Amino acid sequence: MTLPIRRRRPSGGPSNGSLLTRADWTRPRIKWGVGTAHLLLLAALVVFGLGPLLWLAKSAITPTVDTISHPISLFPHGTAWGNLRAAWSDVHVGRYFWNTVALALGCWLSQIVVATTGGYVLSVLRPKYARIVTGLLLTTLFVPAVVLLVPLYIEIVHPPLIHHSFIDSYWAIWLPAGASAFNVVLVKRFFDNLPREIFEAARIDGAGPFRLFVLVVLPMSKPILGVVSVFAVLASWKDFLWPLLVLTNPDRQPLSVRLPAIQSQTQLGIFLAAMFIACLVPIVGFLIFQRSFLRGTGLGGAIKG
Amino acid sequence: MGAIDVAPSERNSDAVIVSRREPVRVHHRARRTPATWVHGGGLSSLIFLLPMLFIFGAFSWYPIARTVIMSLQHTNLVQPATWVGFHNFATVIHDPLLPTAVKNTAYFAFLALIFGYPIPLVAAVLMSEVRRFRGLYSALAYLPVVIPPVVAVLLWKTFYDASTTGVFNTILAWVHLGPYPWLQSMHTAMPSLVLESTWANAGGTIIIYLAALTGVNSELYEAASVDGASLRQKVWHITIPQLRGVLLVTMILQIIGTAQVFLEPYLFTSGGPANSTLTVLLLIFNYAFGSSVGGDYGSATALSLMLAAFLAVFSLVYLRATRSWSTG
Repeated sequence: MTLPIRRRRPSGGPSNGSLLTRADWTRPRIKWGVGTAHLLLLAALVVFGLGPLLWLAKSAITPTVDTISHPISLFPHGTAWGNLRAAWSDVHVGRYFWNTVALALGCWLSQIVVATTGGYVLSVLRPKYARIVTGLLLTTLFVPAVVLLVPLYIEIVHPPLIHHSFIDSYWAIWLPAGASAFNVVLVKRFFDNLPREIFEAARIDGAGPFRLFVLVVLPMSKPILGVVSVFAVLASWKDFLWPLLVLTNPDRQPLSVRLPAIQSQTQLGIFLAAMFIACLVPIVGFLIFQRSFLRGTGLGGAIKG
Repeated sequence: MGAIDVAPSERNSDAVIVSRREPVRVHHRARRTPATWVHGGGLSSLIFLLPMLFIFGAFSWYPIARTVIMSLQHTNLVQPATWVGFHNFATVIHDPLLPTAVKNTAYFAFLALIFGYPIPLVAAVLMSEVRRFRGLYSALAYLPVVIPPVVAVLLWKTFYDASTTGVFNTILAWVHLGPYPWLQSMHTAMPSLVLESTWANAGGTIIIYLAALTGVNSELYEAASVDGASLRQKVWHITIPQLRGVLLVTMILQIIGTAQVFLEPYLFTSGGPANSTLTVLLLIFNYAFGSSVGGDYGSATALSLMLAAFLAVFSLVYLRATRSWSTG
């Protein structure tokens, strides 16, 4: 079952799927009723969607004493910009921030390499065993992540063949991140829709599989590569449980693992500043790549609660 | 996912196509040597497939198989693993915490359905009628989804401060309510977790519903208008039935997601107070990595397999039970 893909959305006027017709909008009762509902909805979205974030931003630059005694007041005794600096250097959020960046970039690279090469074989080259590999790939989509947790951990501590623990190595996070069947399926379906005539033309011009991949398929796939990249970086930024298990050295841990750990020994104001810093990259990324998020392409399995 | 086609190769099946036309040549082409395999692109296909085979083999297929083996073994990483049959499963089933964890997880899933299922639908139906700044609405709704879950949970933990100067208690005091103990009471802890989880995840569901709503044919609404249908009748008799496929999928995905809830109970309450927020995943985590029990990997894998099997059976029954409604 596939979710219907948005076809077009003309701005203004009733679009496809609009409950209300143009005539409806001229009726005062509907116009005012729906208009009021929209205003209430917007107010609710501002309060619940933006509110907590604004509170976090405000409290990040408010003295701890004020945040504790008057959590809702706006700067009753001035601001404390020092919170941000203290969080960045004294609590070492700066180091954890760069750890998070390094983890995200590695996860991104491993997901892109696996998804594009795998999708290329399964969609374009199509050897005889492609059907079996695709089947094996799809079955992993139906296995809940929890099943992998313990055996994957044991594998990192005691890898087969190699007698060297990968605990505290970033490879323990980078490599398993590549095993996303969802990415491969997404990229494969995009490749499936590329025009075959271009591949044939390239082959007749003498391009082998490698040149076809690098010079034809990849340049034509920028949209899907963008979507996979954005979601890969965001997922890595959000990840908590796996880094918590395999990175035991605090100096190597990302923000998501360090934040709960430093909470008890950190002043509230500085801690909130640290959390604000941890939010910045995902939020700026979301504002830049809004379309990828809101088009609903990469939302599979994102539903909970 | 119906669009994943596994059509036969156009290039590599030369032999098949030729053989259909000229059966005589089959014997000639059928003699395959490593050289013809390389020449035919077999080697380059394999080279391109290597990253995927290695990564999925090592970090997906192998651990899945390993789970089944480990659930039948006693493993503590110090001594070699020993076979214990179904002993791990028996241990898990006789654990007095298991009924608590199952009950709590079911309660979480139930509350998440009550809070989290209707709100995105109502919001999406309203938002699809917005004519100006629709992008602003969906961006605001999606914003909590991009906040890292750890930050979201820790931020809400600050909000849930049980003192009179906690954020929520301050706001509720304006309307003379509270103060509430939130996370510190057995009765309010789980609803507090679900509230945060709903806030954090509703945006994703809203975006899915919005996409589905654009697929509803507006001629249906126009026809209903001509027949004099009211707004409520149109929503009830056209919008909801037209969305039923998506509604059914989001419901089962939400149930599967909430059955594996971990982050909220782990960071908010560590399963407390008095185990009132201990979920199945937290129990699995405690078996394997918790300091109290410590390193019982066999029981952890056994319970995770039981959970996976339950979810698989549940999904099958669910799909079977709703089939007539989803396609009819």
